[in-house]
Amino acid sequence: MSEATIEVTGLRKRFGPVLALDGMSFMVTPGQVTGFIGPNGAGKSTTMRVILGLDAAEAGSALIGGRRYQSLRHPLTEVGSLLDAAALQPSRTARNHLLWLARSQGLGRRRVDEVIGQAGLEQAAGRKAGGFSLGMRQRLGIAAALLGEPRVLMLDEPFNGMDPEGIVWMRGFLRSLAAQGRAVLVSSHLMSELQGTAEHLIIVGRGQVIADTSTPALLAAASGDRVSLRTTATASATAVLTEAGGSVTSAGLAALSVTGLDAEKIVTLLSGQGVPFSEISAHRASLEEAYLELTRDAVEYRAADAAEEARR
Amino acid sequence: MSAHVITESRPGQRNGRDGFRQLLSAEWTKLATVRGWVIGIVLAPFLIVGIALLNHSTCGGITTPGGPATTAAGCPAPPSGPGGEAVSDSFYFVRQPLGGDGSITVRMTSLTAGPGPAGLSPWSKAGIIITASTRPGSAYAAMMVTGGHGVRMQYDYTGDIAGPARGASPASPRWLRLTRSGDTITGATSADGVRWTTVGTTRLAGLPATVQAGMFATAPASSQTRAQTVSGASSAGAAALAAASFDHVSLAGPRPAGAWAGDAVGGASPDAGFRQAGGTITVTGTGDIGPYVPGASGSPGSTIGSTLLGAVLALIAAAVVATMFMTSEYRRGLIRLTFAASPDRGRVLAAKVVVVGAVTFIAGLAGAIVAVQLGERLLRSNGNFILPASTLSNLRVVAGTAALLAVASVLAVALGSILRRSAGAVTVVVALITLPYLLALTALRGGAADWLLRLTPAAAFAIQQTTPQYPQVSAAYTVSNGYFPLAPWAGFAVLCGYTAVALALAVFLIRRRDA
Repeated sequence: MSEATIEVTGLRKRFGPVLALDGMSFMVTPGQVTGFIGPNGAGKSTTMRVILGLDAAEAGSALIGGRRYQSLRHPLTEVGSLLDAAALQPSRTARNHLLWLARSQGLGRRRVDEVIGQAGLEQAAGRKAGGFSLGMRQRLGIAAALLGEPRVLMLDEPFNGMDPEGIVWMRGFLRSLAAQGRAVLVSSHLMSELQGTAEHLIIVGRGQVIADTSTPALLAAASGDRVSLRTTATASATAVLTEAGGSVTSAGLAALSVTGLDAEKIVTLLSGQGVPFSEISAHRASLEEAYLELTRDAVEYRAADAAEEARR
Repeated sequence: MSAHVITESRPGQRNGRDGFRQLLSAEWTKLATVRGWVIGIVLAPFLIVGIALLNHSTCGGITTPGGPATTAAGCPAPPSGPGGEAVSDSFYFVRQPLGGDGSITVRMTSLTAGPGPAGLSPWSKAGIIITASTRPGSAYAAMMVTGGHGVRMQYDYTGDIAGPARGASPASPRWLRLTRSGDTITGATSADGVRWTTVGTTRLAGLPATVQAGMFATAPASSQTRAQTVSGASSAGAAALAAASFDHVSLAGPRPAGAWAGDAVGGASPDAGFRQAGGTITVTGTGDIGPYVPGASGSPGSTIGSTLLGAVLALIAAAVVATMFMTSEYRRGLIRLTFAASPDRGRVLAAKVVVVGAVTFIAGLAGAIVAVQLGERLLRSNGNFILPASTLSNLRVVAGTAALLAVASVLAVALGSILRRSAGAVTVVVALITLPYLLALTALRGGAADWLLRLTPAAAFAIQQTTPQYPQVSAAYTVSNGYFPLAPWAGFAVLCGYTAVALALAVFLIRRRDA
């Protein structure tokens, strides 16, 4: 049995003058939700289309469990994907939309009814999909992705257009799918959507991977080991902490920022020396901050591009 | 690896050898689950039948549906020739019986238009003839001089062999001879009665022992005079006439002693007849001996193709559905889901083509069968006659109309895949297939119409043609009379050629382009 992985190596693709993918490489492993994050235009959707064999890359490879997507006999039983929730024939009912898809994989009506239930579409299945809200379409897209009980799931911006209730549902659903041993790749341009869902993050910009890391590691790296200290005795505090190997900078009136020493150690040191302080706190970066920090370059680059475009 | 959670094979999932069947099933489901498309397909046969029922053309003074029935019989059907085909067989015949092998030889000294105001038409004919009987539609062979096409041997209505180009005149008379041996007739001609040239030989199957041999003259009406005849307002003297003079007449072979007798075969005409003065016999006649050609000089008569005029509307309906079946997927981005489910894009296209082709064929077949049945009944009840055609031809017309719809729809799928845009593809499909046909049917005449129906996919409408064109009959060989410049299968092959090229391009592009 091949592993349920997505393996992308050195993808390059150009759309006219725009380099959409510039050596995109990453690996998605089973058993966890992997967030695929980057600003609009970073190459997330293009990467997914290349993985699905819809777009051809000029260089590089994209493998599902070690095989090219095109070589899969019943691809939907290996990889479930949701690229565009609006990709529907509006006058076809949701059930019939799933039915033709099921038949293309040799699956029957029973499986269609099962995924309708899983996606919570029982009430809407007999209605024309053209009348669905975007949130409903996302659910229908999820149902379609689940049809073949694939071990790999790839969803492009599945939170788009969902109401808060739907977002909560989607998060829990994605986590449970991953817990069953599936590899789940979910793209988003908003880190907040994936907070608490994605255990692993692939952050992309300008067609490349900027960071490929677990979520806790990303947070730690962004936070650093900075500690904020509020004290009236800035001079003596600075002396004590510098003596102990810390690096101290002023952070305004009666406030210091310390690195190289953790908060517990600082408390012990200052208390031992009788230096007064009123507040001490380890600085915690949010995922959003970490993400913005990492993708600033990519966004600036795009802005500069746009400005240059405008001058022409 | 949590292999225990996700199973490798699932019940109810067939294995991949019949993957194409699954693809067909998926595409069929797509087509059948969009109401507008189903309506379009179902509409197609109703359009064919509906147009057939709108055909209220009448003939010879007749009943209108719902109106008071009249006693008029409508137009009489033309006689049938030895092959069962409709024929024209009316001429003035000066004859004697011939009871075995023998020959007839004459010297023809003139061919003129006779006393009437009409000139000599190119296919006015006079000469000698051996015929099974004087009943119209009998087997025959004839040697003749024509108004504009020289000496010819013609037989059994459709046979036509050209002889010397020079005709007959008092200054240079033309000798003609027919020799019978069993049921084989040989035609020969000579300029001087000494050196003879054989023009042709034919076998008239089932020729009785005693045949009629003699001289004839006939002249087809111009379209103007024939139209007047048809409308029942024929004016005397307007009929085309041919008058021919013969001398050195000799009939050799077993025969009872007797004189030349005159017969107006296929109906009398006031100006027709013969005169015998000394050794010279002058014969004047009108009519034609040859295949019956509807549309020739306004000859009435319908073909089964004329009950299928609605096919062009059905074709538009089918082609629009077929185009949308492809382009709507591009418009919505649905094609990505289709290709994600079935990465072999060539097979996806093949499945669409098979589904669309089969569905439109069945719709077209159902429409054509019903339209022909009801259309023929309606035409007959309005006093028209339907020209006989072989069972095979009738089958070809009905099945061919269905195939026309199917192949045109396949072309529409291919063009939809190439162009990806609904409006553009629908426009191209309709313009390519139906516009040339409709133009040829209505506005265009002659060369332009012919070339459109040779070069464009509309050539395939020739599949509905049952009446062949004959060079020896002057007629308005137009689409509205049921004639096409190409033979039925040749015309159909033009459409198939376009479709094959479009499909090849579609497969090439669909594999090459990003979805």
